[in-house]
Amino acid sequence: MNYFIQQLINGLTLGSIYGLIAIGYTMVYGIIGMVNFAHGDVFMVGAFVSLITVIIFGVTGTTNIALGIGALILVAAISMFIAGVYGWTIERLAYRPLRGSFRLAPLITAIGVSIFLQNFVQATQGARVKPMSAIISGGFTILEGNDFVVRITYMQILIIVLTFLLMSGFTYLISKTSLGRAQRACEQDMKMAMLLGIDVNTTISTTFVIGAALAAVAGLMYLLYYGVIDFYIGFSAGIKAFTAAVLGGVGSLPGAMLGGLVIGLIEVFFAAYFSSEYKDVAAFSMLIIVLIFMPQGLLGRPEIEKV
Amino acid sequence: MSLHDQTSSSFLPMIKRSVIATIIAFFLFLPTLGIKTSASGGVDGLFLTYRWLLLAIGCGLIFVGRIVYELFWAPKDGVQKPAKAQFGLVKALGSAKVAKTIGPLLLVFAVAFPFLPFSDRYILDLGILIITYVMLGWGLQIVVGLAGLLDLGYVAFYAVGAYSYALLSIHFGFGFWMCLPLAGLLAATWGIILGFPVLRLRGDYLAIVTLAFGEIIRIILLNWRGFTGGSNGLSSIPRPSFFGLPFNQDPGGFAATFGLEYSSMQRIVFLYFLILALAVFTFFVTARLRRLPIGRAWEALREDEIACRSLGINTVNTKLSAFAIGAMFGGFAGSFFAAKQAFVSPESFNFMESATILAIVVLGGMSSQLGVVFSAIAMVGGVELLRQLQFLKVIFGNDFDPSQLRLLLFGLAMVLMMLWRPRGLVSTRMPTVFLKDKKTVSAAMISQGRG
Repeated sequence: MNYFIQQLINGLTLGSIYGLIAIGYTMVYGIIGMVNFAHGDVFMVGAFVSLITVIIFGVTGTTNIALGIGALILVAAISMFIAGVYGWTIERLAYRPLRGSFRLAPLITAIGVSIFLQNFVQATQGARVKPMSAIISGGFTILEGNDFVVRITYMQILIIVLTFLLMSGFTYLISKTSLGRAQRACEQDMKMAMLLGIDVNTTISTTFVIGAALAAVAGLMYLLYYGVIDFYIGFSAGIKAFTAAVLGGVGSLPGAMLGGLVIGLIEVFFAAYFSSEYKDVAAFSMLIIVLIFMPQGLLGRPEIEKV
Repeated sequence: MSLHDQTSSSFLPMIKRSVIATIIAFFLFLPTLGIKTSASGGVDGLFLTYRWLLLAIGCGLIFVGRIVYELFWAPKDGVQKPAKAQFGLVKALGSAKVAKTIGPLLLVFAVAFPFLPFSDRYILDLGILIITYVMLGWGLQIVVGLAGLLDLGYVAFYAVGAYSYALLSIHFGFGFWMCLPLAGLLAATWGIILGFPVLRLRGDYLAIVTLAFGEIIRIILLNWRGFTGGSNGLSSIPRPSFFGLPFNQDPGGFAATFGLEYSSMQRIVFLYFLILALAVFTFFVTARLRRLPIGRAWEALREDEIACRSLGINTVNTKLSAFAIGAMFGGFAGSFFAAKQAFVSPESFNFMESATILAIVVLGGMSSQLGVVFSAIAMVGGVELLRQLQFLKVIFGNDFDPSQLRLLLFGLAMVLMMLWRPRGLVSTRMPTVFLKDKKTVSAAMISQGRG
């Protein structure tokens, strides 16, 4: 039982990370109807920027929580900014010129961008994995059974709380602000939104920037949680986050978060109870199963294909 | 207004835009070109190397590049034109007439290739590699170029073919020619297995699912140690023989039987012709399939699935057949790969390999068979050229390998190709079969799905 609770905590932490990435997929899909393949790699870039900033600030292994959180906020802000620039540039250079082109064209550029980013980072940062010791160490012991001790680290609390805060802020942004209204308008009918004076290009760019910034936070969390990154992390994290987005229902923000949590739990429990080698297979099979039996996802609307 | 006036009047804004682009590039390059994280060994042994010179060069290139772009390519009215199907310089290559003359010439060259004076072992290996990629490209082209189904896991079928040959020949002692159809069959079966669940998916979903499928296969190959040898792979796979005559120095070998002097080149030449034959087979089958009803159904499916369905085309069978036939050729090529290397491991079948094959198809112009040949040559040749760029080590440090840039350039090329010429270098997206007198529906309109 204790083992189960421990895995639950781990799964929720991992799921938060996936959920944050999944939001980027779901928003972009909602607004321009394409899968942004490069999103996972923006996440990877965000993790690298975080790593660099953490080393520059030189704060690792502190038990002073205030100092740790302060440094982390700064690190998060910087990597959100740089990842946002990446998101903006990718949209501007690779996707916007192809709006209105044939169906496969933006997909292929997206794959091109993804391959480019992976190899660009590999060429400039080297192919080796980058280990980093924890910024905030320590944690609570929740349950002390006779055989297994359930612990939750400060880092896990931080990740879950931060995800929750970002999600609520984000839900507010979409439902209450004028930017959110513009986004929802573009989602429903881009041409009509344009006629009504909404700057569609800016709205789409902003969507990419927000998605990229959230992915950067996820990248920072990944770095903190695993302590090891390399240029390839964006690939599998990207597919899993996409699975999360599909599972939750593409286009639905709470769905993305929910899907992220489910995928995180599936992965962690599969690794804990069956086989850690095949945990990716479990997550990827989930994607295929969801697409066959429930293509509209948990919280999504069924998609009607129009001529 | 003369060109000179135009440029001088828009000089300042141009500089301004270039400066903005440079600032953006600065932020993009700062964490990549500018600062490198290096591990010195220990757990916490990360330190940073600052490469300001490299960063400055990168930003400078962007600045100059932006100015050059504004001067020569940018749309003059400032309005971004939507990408259209363009037909220009290389259109000639796409036309059926030219293809009919170049194709046979290429084939004659390919047949004569091993006997040309400059063909040594290295060149022949390169030739084998190119033709393997051409064959894979043609296989994937059926799925992506003809049926319009974006398959990112094609390498899975290549892997199935390779492991089929390896396992069948190791455990059952099957020969190459017996394994070849079996490998194709197995790969096609996997194509159908993959095809079934994804039948109702749209383009982007399909792409991700195939990607996931490719990864699943790779992970299974990596972890099912008892069956596939895990990450060590399978070695000592029997090499193919010439109708039962092995390529060795034994009295019963190929050289002795034909009274030739033994040379290790004989095996390479044999492998070369083997893959050439397989590739030519692929070419003819695909070329014929395109003219059969099934091929036309593929192309119709690519253009508009709903229209296809309303015309009574069975989209399920059409998609499945595209997957299966594409996978089958992947399986053949994989089987050849295993035979040539005598060693297979999961590392040869990662996503980057899929991406490479996809890049070949995309750069070759989606549905042009000739285009695939040229882009495969350009790709393999390009990698060889990159190997020569050792001077880059001065800039990037000693552990930098220029051939790493291969995929980076592919990615870039894929993006640029889509922006500049979405139909690929050799652009034929005209239906393979049409009525004698063409109607006035232009290809550009068909491409937008409004034909």
